[in-house]
Amino acid sequence: MGTSALEFEKPIVELERQIEEMRRSSAEQSINITAELAPLEHRLAELRREVYRNLTPVQKVQVARNSRRPFTLDYVKLCFTDFIELHGDRAFRDDAAIVGGWARLEGETVMIIGHQRGRDTKENIHRNFGMPHPEGYRKALRLMKLAEKFHVPVLTFIDTPGAWAGLGAEERGQSEAIARNLFAMSELQVPIVATVIGEGGSGGALALGVADRILMFEHSVYSVITVEGCAAILWKDGKSPEMREKAASALRITAPDLLELGIIDEILPEPEGGAHADHAAAAATLAKHVGEQLDELRKLKPEKLVRRRREKFMKMGQFEE
Amino acid sequence: MAWFRKEKKVREPRRERLEIPPDVWEKCEACGHTDIREKLVRNWHVCPSCEFHRRMRAHEYAALLLDEGSIEETEVDLKSTDPLQFPDYPARLKKALGTAGDSDAILTATGTMERMPVNLGVMDFAFMGGSMGSVVGEKIARLAQRSLEKKFPLIIVSASGGARMQEGVLSLMQMAKTSAVLSQLHDRAIPYVSILTNPTTGGVSASFAMLGDAILAEPGAVIGFAGPRVIRQTLGQDLPEGFQTAEFLLERGMVDHVSHRHQLKQTVGRLLRHMSLKPVASGWDTA
Ligand SMILES: [Zn+2]
Repeated sequence: MGTSALEFEKPIVELERQIEEMRRSSAEQSINITAELAPLEHRLAELRREVYRNLTPVQKVQVARNSRRPFTLDYVKLCFTDFIELHGDRAFRDDAAIVGGWARLEGETVMIIGHQRGRDTKENIHRNFGMPHPEGYRKALRLMKLAEKFHVPVLTFIDTPGAWAGLGAEERGQSEAIARNLFAMSELQVPIVATVIGEGGSGGALALGVADRILMFEHSVYSVITVEGCAAILWKDGKSPEMREKAASALRITAPDLLELGIIDEILPEPEGGAHADHAAAAATLAKHVGEQLDELRKLKPEKLVRRRREKFMKMGQFEE
Repeated sequence: MAWFRKEKKVREPRRERLEIPPDVWEKCEACGHTDIREKLVRNWHVCPSCEFHRRMRAHEYAALLLDEGSIEETEVDLKSTDPLQFPDYPARLKKALGTAGDSDAILTATGTMERMPVNLGVMDFAFMGGSMGSVVGEKIARLAQRSLEKKFPLIIVSASGGARMQEGVLSLMQMAKTSAVLSQLHDRAIPYVSILTNPTTGGVSASFAMLGDAILAEPGAVIGFAGPRVIRQTLGQDLPEGFQTAEFLLERGMVDHVSHRHQLKQTVGRLLRHMSLKPVASGWDTA
């Protein structure tokens, strides 16, 4: 995590720095070096493509967790208008690890609910690294019910390592809060589109994920357990790169894996070099695809919508008979 | 077993000690009381000395809760596969099938409880820690479907460490699947009673286990989202005494009752008789 470059991105960052340096010095000396820069920029694009085409599952985890990646509120700013954040669960407190509120997508009102991580230490402490307490899920539930009341679709953004494991979270019923959301989302009478924008970490992610359509950004991940947790439990080693790599591959957590397993509906392509390389491009992709899905879902009567959503999840799983 | 001889000397009368071979004795994990296994089984694995509720197998819960001779196991043909080709999963499955039986981590049955027809699911911790994979989710979904068709109440006894890691995100989705089927029961006012036993954590506690119209818990059962080990890690210190026990959850408003195992059947029976759909009031007002 952190703002520093990922290990496998170092050649990209190095080349970026070189180009930047040339630009600066040429500007200072008022020399036009467009011709000299062209091949380097071409090489940079190629390098980005190459590196990002061949990411291993564990590298995708790093990309998904990268703090330079667009977060929920970044997408809110870039894709939506007229956003009014709504706070609090009306019972205990406002949990900053989940944000939500009214907004407009192409002029139409939608309810946005998403995990929110922080970019620096201070913000991460405020947001608890995007790991919600029960009151966060209860705020989400309140907003979903509010949307339902006014026949407004719900758009969720998944971006969390998982629900918070701590004393207060347990005391206030973390399990119940998550379970209640799964239940309520199974009967909500308005369209729900969920998008995994970063890390989809277990039950804490799924609590915003019972949707009519589930989209996943190309380099995001979605898993039943963190790769570290899995490696620690199964092989008593959650730290070494080898075991993390092994767990990341075994768990099948990448977007193509989930598409193949029949869990998600669509993979959203990321710009060259990942969503963090070009927030605006990633946001444009998100707005386009979510908009298309909503257009389809809006055609369905609530009863049919809910029946299909239930059937979708009832079909998930693989077994022999 | 050194502990055994020492205990026996203190607690058991000489005559019994001579007649019974040592391997039929069992010792209570909580108080150290030693007793004949047969006697503990007949007592539904509750320690006669300290009332500690020891772990009990799924078929024993079925016998405890359903009327004698009424039990009919359902969904017996569902078997786990290895959809992700996860390292060692087939071997682990094979071992579990050998030691814990072939119902996977949940036994589902139909039968009567105090002569009321019900559908009962009982998780079995002996099968891979009661972990929920595709088979557990599917068995619960089908059992609930039976309840929908026949309008029989649904009862599920949970004992689980959570989702089955070896089936990855497919396991995670069983949380959504079981919740989705319960929302259908809810629509039709078919009662669902959830019984939490030791332990009920992770994906099971964060889905169907916490969604009962009534939630009962056995005394002392550890119930929570994150297991005590994980919380201890994030905290970097020990947990308060009694944290995440059934009694703690009762106090915090998360369960309706802490029920002694010997009273479970009676309590569920009483609840089910209350929770049957009554006619809608016709109203007094004729205007
Ligand atoms: Zn005892």
